[in-house]
Amino acid sequence: MDNESQRPRGDDRRGFLKRCCAGAIGGALVLVPLTTGMGLLLEPLRRGAGGGQLVRVATLDALPADGVPRRFPVVARRVDAWTTFPDSQIGAVFLRRTSDGAIEAFNVACPHAGCFVDFLPAARTFHCPCHNSYFTIEGNVATPSSPAPRPLDSLAVEVRNGNEIWVRFQNFLSGRVAKTPAA
Amino acid sequence: MKGAFDWLDHRTGWRGWLDEILFENIPGGASWRHAWGGAVIFGLGVEFITGFFLWLGYSPSSLTAWESVYYIQDHWAGGWLLRGVHHFMADALVILLGLHWMQLVVQGAYRAPREINYWVMFGLLLFVIGAATTGYELAWDQHGYWGSKVRLGYVGLAPVVGPALQKLAMGGPDLGSYTLTRFFAVHAGLFPLGILALLVIHAAVTRRHGRFSPPTRSEASVHYWPDQALRDGIGCLVVLAAVIGTVVWHRSAGQGTSPGAYLGAPADPFDRYDAARPEWYFRWLFQFIKYFPGTLEVWGAVIIPGLVLAVIFLMPFAGHWKLGRRFNVVWMCGIALSAMVLTFISLRDDQRNTDYHAAVASALRDAQRARVLASAPSGIPATGAVTLMRGDPFTEGPKIFAQKCANCHRYDGHDGTGKIPKGAQSASDLKGFGSRKWLAGLLSDPASTNYFGGTKHRTGKMVKFVNTDVAKFSPDDRANLEKVIAAISAEAQLKSQAAADQRDAAMIAQGRALLQNGMRCTECHQFHKPDEDATAPDLTGYASRDWLVRFIGNPAHADFYGDHNDRMPAFGADHVIDAQDIGLVADWLRGDWYEP
Repeated sequence: MDNESQRPRGDDRRGFLKRCCAGAIGGALVLVPLTTGMGLLLEPLRRGAGGGQLVRVATLDALPADGVPRRFPVVARRVDAWTTFPDSQIGAVFLRRTSDGAIEAFNVACPHAGCFVDFLPAARTFHCPCHNSYFTIEGNVATPSSPAPRPLDSLAVEVRNGNEIWVRFQNFLSGRVAKTPAA
Repeated sequence: MKGAFDWLDHRTGWRGWLDEILFENIPGGASWRHAWGGAVIFGLGVEFITGFFLWLGYSPSSLTAWESVYYIQDHWAGGWLLRGVHHFMADALVILLGLHWMQLVVQGAYRAPREINYWVMFGLLLFVIGAATTGYELAWDQHGYWGSKVRLGYVGLAPVVGPALQKLAMGGPDLGSYTLTRFFAVHAGLFPLGILALLVIHAAVTRRHGRFSPPTRSEASVHYWPDQALRDGIGCLVVLAAVIGTVVWHRSAGQGTSPGAYLGAPADPFDRYDAARPEWYFRWLFQFIKYFPGTLEVWGAVIIPGLVLAVIFLMPFAGHWKLGRRFNVVWMCGIALSAMVLTFISLRDDQRNTDYHAAVASALRDAQRARVLASAPSGIPATGAVTLMRGDPFTEGPKIFAQKCANCHRYDGHDGTGKIPKGAQSASDLKGFGSRKWLAGLLSDPASTNYFGGTKHRTGKMVKFVNTDVAKFSPDDRANLEKVIAAISAEAQLKSQAAADQRDAAMIAQGRALLQNGMRCTECHQFHKPDEDATAPDLTGYASRDWLVRFIGNPAHADFYGDHNDRMPAFGADHVIDAQDIGLVADWLRGDWYEP
């Protein structure tokens, strides 16, 4: 079949109109099905950052008086796609009493890559086992060799009903200098 | 720019490929007849695209399938349109391919050397039907689940290989998550690959022999672009418009069910579903099988349809003779006509079947309710949406009542689900039980069949008291009675009466005082103060959830009818109904279920 020499040489205006229409219709036929799926595809970009969930974490008497941080799990309502888990562990925090009597809360996730930090009581520092970031007891980066880009992420704390410690729990994007909510 | 194209063309020859497609020779001129092919390929393309996007949000397991589809339709922007297009385009493809096949038979386009093309084309129809059938079940709603159960049952009827084939399709001894994973793999993997393979063969073979054109066309041949392309494009546009129009119309006619293609209540293997019907292109088979009862079923379901298919496949050979071609056309007309007649009979029978109508109404109610429950703030639990339905008094209460209570009791004259029970009513009508209206009725006509009329209490002390003493009440006494009724009814703490109970708090307080001192009720009934001599049911917390659950559990308990109990069984104490079901029917009778 030799098509090379049989390029169309029809009446230019009518042929042009036909080609335009065919092209336009073809374009619509491709675009319409694609757009029906765009909502689904791009949905994760649409959701805004939430302000975090206020969760009851511990009682005041569970915290030692000497300001040593203690780790507590955060149990709250979690939504995963279409499933709602009413009481599920969504993370963990370190709570400690500061020198001026306030309560401080840190997200256990290391701001470098998200691993969970430990507290070393002997050295009174936080340590991340993945890439060896060290943080002071106030949460600041302790050594120049620590790869963490920012201090441990602190969270808002409220004391309710006399001795209940409530934390506004949130996760933040790892690897960044700025503390950006991850939602 | 041209330089870049030239560079690419030198290495790949893309211009040659484009020329082959765009400037393909169409003998006999551009015609609408050729638009079939374009429309089918377009339809398949749309299915691939929409299918991929649906794949981004769908999860094939018995705990997540319905849930993910519900989310796609109700929570994702445009999800309803996406699934709707996918669903109705499948129907459109079946129609297009069916009509295309009929056209091929009429024009004898299967004749040598185009036999392979004919078989490929018919194979395409079967693959599309296969994809549609496997896709139907993936939503794992009541409709898809029970339809598949029936279909897989027929697979099991096939001689020799039937049972093994059925197990392979189900992924085990029964329908479950493995059925979904297998059906999904076949639906999204096997059939699409098969369809692509058939299309490639079809294109290759068509190129080889040139497009078929009936001998009557005499125009000069043209190129595909732009004349035929335009016709193809318009044909596709018509199909797309029809499909989208159907989806949009369906959304407005959906009556509160999930928008887009129909989504019933979540599949429940233990909840019988009487509204199951196959898709429209299998209706004829559904009806046909009815004429082959018992052991003859395999003939109607497998053997005869198989023979009909075999004749269709052999049409190219019959087509060698003129008589054979005539026979083929007659056979095709016969099939089309029988299918239409059988479908019509089936639809007409359904239209006359009141039980089927009741089942469809019930299914629609369940579908709407599932959507309401799933969108509640507490969300869908990890055990799946079906547990929401099973724990819902609005859904389960009527079913339990119909099964266990409606032999004697009634609910607004029926059995709770709308059907009228066959036997006589021999216990009270429980609609509005505990409400002021219900109690007022009890205290004016207790011997009616809607209260004690069907029981031995008809001749008991309560009836005597109402008919002799209450009947002679003065207007002042009647006013007091009204306060007493409000006070007793307030014990129930009915959700529907909450506002009225709060508004009439003063009257209720007076009624309480009257009950304890003044009205004669406490001669037999106990009310908040312990009374050893009480011989009638305790009015403390009357018709409250706790009271009702204990009452249904054991009406012959000293707190209730004691030794005076007539025939009501001790549903809890004798383990006739389990505790969860007693709770569900009690909540339903009290009007206590989730509302948004």
